[in-house]
Amino acid sequence: MTLTRSEKRTILEINELTVAYQHAGEWLEAVRDVSLCIHGGETYGLVGESGSGKTTLALAVLRYLGKQGSIRNGEIHLGDLDLLALDDGELRQVWGSSISLVPQNPQSSLNPSLRVGDQLVETLRHQRSLSQQDAQTQALKWLEKVRLPDPGLVAERYPHQISGGMQQRVMIAMALCTEPKLLILDEPTTNLDVTTQVVILDLIGELIQGQETGVLYVTHNLAVVTQVCDRVAVLYASELVEDASTQDLFSKPLHPYTQGLIESIPRLGDTKGSIQLRAIAGQIPPIGDVPSGCVFRTRCPIAIDVCETRPPLYPAGDSRISRCHRWHEIDQMEVSARQPTRSRIAEHISPNGEQPQTLKVNDISVHFPLQRSLSDLVRRQPAKVVRAVNEVNFNVKPGKTLGLVGESGSGKTTIARTIMGLESKTSGSIELLDLPLPDKLSNRDLDTLRLLQMVSQNPEEALNPYLTIGDSLRRPLMRLSGLSKTQADSRVVELLQTVLLPPTYADRLPGQLSGGELQRVAIARAFAANPELLVLDEPVSSLDVSVQASILNLVNELQYEHENSLLFISHDLAIVAYLADLIAVIYLGSLMEISAPGDLLQPPHHPYTEALLSSIPLADPSRRGTPIHLEGDIPHPVDLPSGCPFHSRCPRLLGEICTTQIPPWQIDAESGKQIFCHIPLQELSTFQEHIVFGETSYPR
Amino acid sequence: MTTVPKTTNNARGVAPSLWRRLSLLLRKLYARPISAIGTTITLLFILAAILGPLIAPYGENEIIASEARQPPSPVHWFGTDNLGRDVFSRVILGAREILVLAGVGTLLAVVFGTIFGLLAGYSGGWLDEGIMRTFDSLLALPALLLALLLLGTVGQSQYSVLIVIVIVYIPIVARVVRSVVLAVKPQGFVEAARLTGESQPRILFREIMPFVYPTLSVESAVRFSYAIFLIGSLGFLRVGVQPPSPNWGLMVKEARPFASLVPWALFFPAAAISLVVIGVNLMADGLKRIMS
Repeated sequence: MTLTRSEKRTILEINELTVAYQHAGEWLEAVRDVSLCIHGGETYGLVGESGSGKTTLALAVLRYLGKQGSIRNGEIHLGDLDLLALDDGELRQVWGSSISLVPQNPQSSLNPSLRVGDQLVETLRHQRSLSQQDAQTQALKWLEKVRLPDPGLVAERYPHQISGGMQQRVMIAMALCTEPKLLILDEPTTNLDVTTQVVILDLIGELIQGQETGVLYVTHNLAVVTQVCDRVAVLYASELVEDASTQDLFSKPLHPYTQGLIESIPRLGDTKGSIQLRAIAGQIPPIGDVPSGCVFRTRCPIAIDVCETRPPLYPAGDSRISRCHRWHEIDQMEVSARQPTRSRIAEHISPNGEQPQTLKVNDISVHFPLQRSLSDLVRRQPAKVVRAVNEVNFNVKPGKTLGLVGESGSGKTTIARTIMGLESKTSGSIELLDLPLPDKLSNRDLDTLRLLQMVSQNPEEALNPYLTIGDSLRRPLMRLSGLSKTQADSRVVELLQTVLLPPTYADRLPGQLSGGELQRVAIARAFAANPELLVLDEPVSSLDVSVQASILNLVNELQYEHENSLLFISHDLAIVAYLADLIAVIYLGSLMEISAPGDLLQPPHHPYTEALLSSIPLADPSRRGTPIHLEGDIPHPVDLPSGCPFHSRCPRLLGEICTTQIPPWQIDAESGKQIFCHIPLQELSTFQEHIVFGETSYPR
Repeated sequence: MTTVPKTTNNARGVAPSLWRRLSLLLRKLYARPISAIGTTITLLFILAAILGPLIAPYGENEIIASEARQPPSPVHWFGTDNLGRDVFSRVILGAREILVLAGVGTLLAVVFGTIFGLLAGYSGGWLDEGIMRTFDSLLALPALLLALLLLGTVGQSQYSVLIVIVIVYIPIVARVVRSVVLAVKPQGFVEAARLTGESQPRILFREIMPFVYPTLSVESAVRFSYAIFLIGSLGFLRVGVQPPSPNWGLMVKEARPFASLVPWALFFPAAAISLVVIGVNLMADGLKRIMS
């Protein structure tokens, strides 16, 4: 970018935009007085959590708000064109040709009954009036441009026959093939695996480089922003709170909310022993019910009297603005929204002598046979089997946390459910406190049930909406701990206080609580009967970033107090590395590596772990590196590759040995890491020793 | 995550008294004109069924030969039939018979259907397959046909009609309940209950039933209207009823040969059947809106 910002052409200009939704006769503002300006060739990130108004803003630019929404005030100009003055016919001309959208969920955006190629052709023909022949050639060209393997074959496929990553690439092709002036991306990688996300982000960056297209990238994921965006606008509760270049924003945020967001994400290398995650107190205000004055006032650690008046957008330096009265003080580092780090109290010293392992998982495999079709039955084909988990071995020590990291299809949820008794294992054994654990839930007695509890991903589903919070919490107490109703009632109050919820919540219904609060109740319920092992399956994945930190802190505290063991499952390596005492990386049903978090960043690494580590977008743009791209998609557990499960995508493939023989478990003498690979650890260390994650690409 | 504020969910919180709930329900039903009409009609008929002998001016089989074949008049509001029976009284008294029979039959069908539906939905596997496939075969036959077949074997008293209604409508209630169970069963809180060691019956009744009630109440109302119609149809075919019972369907049948002479004797019982079925259906529609 050789031109300075003001010299480039303005693609999109939004001025004092206010958008409101109608609900029960009232107009609730989702976006208030937001202004921003996107220039040609610039990628503009729009960051916010739920309720921030970012999606509304994107829809408003598209003029696609639906009946309930209305633009109450402000202007939107696309170049010279006043978008708000267009009628329906003119809008239709703008859509797809001047403004394109890559939506969040490609699965639901592609027509399931048309072949992929045909859909692309349809767009081309409609927007550029090409002949069928020309359109088909162009379509193939674009499929190639988005780096789809074998474009001709993909064009013949239906959307459900290709993976999520491939579908999203098709959507990108469809959006860019009309060479729009403005490209809007609405959380395009949220539903994709981390390793796929990397590839897509790079692709987007590549395709728009050198073009005059303006890009609006809407996301809640701060770290992704550092990978792709030149500038960032941060939205909170309908208002723009900060706007700056990516570099400036992350090196020195000038708004307490931005500071809070950045601080609440655990970074690779942070562990629970070294730092406490900074959580933003309180909740995101519901739409239409924002605090008066500064919208962030009620949650801000440095709010003062003047904050009761709404701050204007203060110019805060070279092309940046901040909506905080105290921005200058923050800039001068006179105040900070950063909390001092509080290191965790020294670990419990485990007594000498043999303690029974809390959990021993021995060689478990979980296979699901698929139902055979009639033709299969007739032809005597054996049933296909989904090999979700294959001979997995691990132990969980008393009072310790084992983190299980994997992407979708890795089998991590299946393992959790098998331990809990919700799925049956096909082979292997599980021991709880050195006693064999019965397979089926119905065979486990109450004492055993009390020892094992689980918190799942979706807090909205975790509680029965017809029962009060108190009812839901009383059950395990009365059933597993054998308390009477009165005893249980007082314990319920205690539990609520432990998870930092007011005791009055005991009479509320789940529908009246937010996602974060519901998850706290679910955690309280799991800890209620004081289990030995608590399984947490993606407990923070569906929560807002500002809430995640408080939940992680909570889990940490509770575990420390109760001294139970945790099995923490997530796709997010940074979070797992933060919380766990031991990390196990799983891919396609087999463990790839077991390592302590402190050793995680040091070589040797399993090639898959290496790829995972490099694909974590760092919330620190100065360390933007070139991540490893894994070729292809994660194979389906039905068609499990022979030999090493990772061989089909391994960038360090040795040769035939990897495709035919199952790798050995190698133990690194120094760190005690266990790696499931054919490549000798010495070699791996040598190859990987120059890599510092986030800086340079690895040498092959 | 939603951008619209979370309204209170459709759960009815900690249980208020039955009367309060009923009056709340009535108020909601009367909020919309169409369901108000339906509810009013239904209630009037129920009232007629309850108060029957008290408001009917004549007995159900009271024959006044001298006043036969008279059109509606202040004395005989609905006129008299060809035998000299007051049509109005017969309609009112017939309400009792049909509504009670339909009501009890529906209640039993709903109770048993729910039990089967809960079992099938929750257990899955062979129990589910067994129950549902049996019910599928019953459902494959039109209700009337099935009723006739059953009555042929079971005999022709009022009790057999009751049994027939129950058998005919259990399958569909079971199917509806089962689908609710299937939707609720995989949810987190059911698993949490299982992990707490709750027994299957407790899970079914404490966790799952609250979800079943809304759908079930609407389905019950609809079944009720179908049952009424079924009884009327059976009456028309002179099956399961003995003349001179004031069964509306039977009344229609008896009036047919004399339709040109005493059209009112045919019109009013037919209108009664139509009206009550429409009324109950409109009320069921209103219920459905309230529940969702």
